[in-house]
Amino acid sequence: MQRVVACVLWIAACGGTTTTSYPERPTEDPKLDVAAPWIDPDSFWIRGKPARQRALSDALTDPTAPIIAIRGATILTAAGKRFDNGTIVLERGAITYVGADKEPPKNATVIDGKGKFVTPGIIDSHSHMGVYPAPSAKAHGDGNEAVAPVTAYARAEYGYWPQDPQLSRALAGGVTTALILPGSANLIGGRGFTVSLRPGARTAAEAGFPGAPSTVKMACGENPKRVHAEKGGLQTRMAEYAAFRTAFAEAQAYTAKKAAYDNAWTVWQMKRKRAEQIESRRDDAKKIAGETAPEPVPVDLKLETLSGVLRGEVLVQVHCYRADEMAQMIQIADEMGFRIRSFHHALEAYKIRDLLAKNNIAVNTWADWFGFKLEAYDGIPENAALLTQLNVRTTIHSDSAIGVQRLNQEAAKAQTAGNKAGIKIDDDTALRWITANPARVLGIDAVTGTLQEGKRADVVMWSGSPMSVYTRAEVVIVGGHVSYEKTKGMRASDFELAEGKAP
Amino acid sequence: MRALLVVALLAASAHAEPIAIVGAKIHVKPGQTIENGTLVIDRGKVTSVGPGSRAPAGAKAIDGTGKVITAGLIDGISGVGLVGIDLEPQVVDGRFGATDTVHSDPVHASYQARNGFDPRDVNVAITRAGGLTTVIAAPAGGLVSGQSAAFALDGGADPVRTSVAMHVTLGPEGAGAAGGSRGKSLEILRELLDDARIFGKDRKDYEKNAKRRMIADRRDLEALQPVLARTLPMVVAAESEADIRAALRLAKELDIRIAISGGAEAWRVAKELAAAKVPVMLDPTANLPVDLAASEVSDEAAAILNKAGVQVVITTLGASWGARVLRQLAGNAVARGLPWDKALAAITSIPASLFGLTGRGTLERGAVADVVLWSGDPLELTTTVDTVIIEGVVQSLENHQTKLLQRYRRISPLPQ
Repeated sequence: MQRVVACVLWIAACGGTTTTSYPERPTEDPKLDVAAPWIDPDSFWIRGKPARQRALSDALTDPTAPIIAIRGATILTAAGKRFDNGTIVLERGAITYVGADKEPPKNATVIDGKGKFVTPGIIDSHSHMGVYPAPSAKAHGDGNEAVAPVTAYARAEYGYWPQDPQLSRALAGGVTTALILPGSANLIGGRGFTVSLRPGARTAAEAGFPGAPSTVKMACGENPKRVHAEKGGLQTRMAEYAAFRTAFAEAQAYTAKKAAYDNAWTVWQMKRKRAEQIESRRDDAKKIAGETAPEPVPVDLKLETLSGVLRGEVLVQVHCYRADEMAQMIQIADEMGFRIRSFHHALEAYKIRDLLAKNNIAVNTWADWFGFKLEAYDGIPENAALLTQLNVRTTIHSDSAIGVQRLNQEAAKAQTAGNKAGIKIDDDTALRWITANPARVLGIDAVTGTLQEGKRADVVMWSGSPMSVYTRAEVVIVGGHVSYEKTKGMRASDFELAEGKAP
Repeated sequence: MRALLVVALLAASAHAEPIAIVGAKIHVKPGQTIENGTLVIDRGKVTSVGPGSRAPAGAKAIDGTGKVITAGLIDGISGVGLVGIDLEPQVVDGRFGATDTVHSDPVHASYQARNGFDPRDVNVAITRAGGLTTVIAAPAGGLVSGQSAAFALDGGADPVRTSVAMHVTLGPEGAGAAGGSRGKSLEILRELLDDARIFGKDRKDYEKNAKRRMIADRRDLEALQPVLARTLPMVVAAESEADIRAALRLAKELDIRIAISGGAEAWRVAKELAAAKVPVMLDPTANLPVDLAASEVSDEAAAILNKAGVQVVITTLGASWGARVLRQLAGNAVARGLPWDKALAAITSIPASLFGLTGRGTLERGAVADVVLWSGDPLELTTTVDTVIIEGVVQSLENHQTKLLQRYRRISPLPQ
């Protein structure tokens, strides 16, 4: 029995001969008699300087930021607390005090907050600013790499135009942070880019939120099949979910291959070290024949992204409308071994809110969008409230350069719809939809999204309640710097500079 | 069938008892507000409006204490009834590409939204539940998109008025319909209106083929007659200052009535628009550079235009599923300097008068009883719709969305 099994496994050995299938090295060749060198291929590789990695904690300190205090305002913390006539102190980029009225530090610039409201900076978990800029000129439009269903190598960061006039308008609407995503033409469109809306950022690096985790944009349903049907890529949902599986199966194999290589490389180095030790102890100075180093696995940027997803390092953001399709994606994630951080748009999320709660998947949605396509037909204004009721982490996102300018109003509408339906949504909860919860979706909730001591100084002072249509953001502070003042107006982007216009 | 429905509705309104909304704040018309008043509706009309909180005998009373009454909102350029689902051609009408595939020209003047409007569109009931009672269903696309019609959102198939305007598009889209040149698109318009004038003078010659070749088809030329007669306004979609000025020149030359829609840079031409008495129909939240040719947009456009004496209509500019945000748009205009009364007028009385909707848009005695009772300030986000009345009939606020909410209030997973 054992012999049979062995025959099956070692086919070459069952032919009746004793020779192996590998030729013996011809040792009589004098040239080859020299010990093969244990050459480290690493020493031949031309390696550039790796991109600078920043820590999330970098978001909390900025020695160039001043000391600012807002006094006398109604402070909504988005962390369950409200301080009427409160004080908030910001020092060197972080919040150092938030609470009841208190004498601010002597060297602080004090802003009078009487009659005003103070909230955390708004965070938009779904934006295309910078990659789909205004005006929507022919030269713009860097948001959809619609050449193939899977372009996980693409990065929103590479397409981000920091002079997009949309950015200063979002800031004027109280937005301090946004997740810039590739569009939804592809199943896996590429990596997202978390930005801090610092005015005057000249480069993507200057705009990037320090240390924010990487994200990837995926999309299911109508868009990918509509876009790629014309290109011959795929044309049905049947193929979409197969393509997701294929991509992740490939990524699993790639991950395994890279792990195997890493392992072989370690073993090879250990052997070399051991050989050196033995050689040093020999009297005849004879070298031990070296071994060829294992061949490295070529870097595949597409699979690097997906491999990052499998390792849990890249947060998965999935554009998906229908309940049944979200369930499909959950199934795929389970099968392939990754987690979905959040669904975006998700107009039918309320239908499967139990499933989303169970899987701890967040939902980003709108207050009242629906019906622009068939998969969006069943959207209802109570979506956010129903999800919140079941403790699904919910956000109100914009996906629009107009909507991003008044996310507070969108949250107010969703709150009103919930309250009207008898689902009690208080102001703190509604505020969390556009602050703390999107911070969590972006993986930056440890440093921003609420007004708490030790958090990043991303703060908005409003002319009144942020839930009123008449309220405007008056002062917006990003990372401890006053970045917008209503009295001074928006900072025009370079593109908008012209004669007779305010700078 | 449709006739029967109309008869049934008429019968209902005729025989229904009078309705009195009691004790509410009533915005009768721009500049006239009653703090604590009663509005009485009978046979489809407002029969009395005044201070006090007593319902007349025999009237069905609705308590309006702490609430606010306005005329039903009107969206001056709407997609409701024409665009059910944007990406599904089966339920999209009056949305033209650069050129008509039938006649391969960019002129769709004969198109009537009256024929494209679907009273069973899902957006009708949803928009009504948002406090809108009338929409101007308007075509779009091509150089001349066609004629809009006013529809009450009571599910009826017959328009309140048709046609109410002729719609034309300038700018890059109009240019796209004219071989890529904005200047050329203006010349096509001039030629078209010249031809229409010649056609109108003597149809017999035309029928005998004794006239020179016309730029458009007979039905298009016919449809343009009321524009030449100044009985039908021409709504010109134009964003850039250059296009708006071109439209003003065209109107003056050809002696036609126009309104500008979109109007991203209209605020830069406020003085000229006021002098020419040309209204501007805009979305006050559209503050982004639209295209490279119309990149100077102002947040305060509505306020600037109003101050200069231009009539401002606040509109969604063709939304269907998004129509109910109309009041939010008006609220945002207020936040950017437009007086509150003007903002309400911009979504009620001004579009009503611009499009000849006699008796609508205000709540004076004798007005058509299109009425909304709100929980508070209608422009405020926390305010909800309490009651919607169209032509004196209390409307159902049920729709696709309320039914979904009802079904999914509790979820019952099936065993797997």
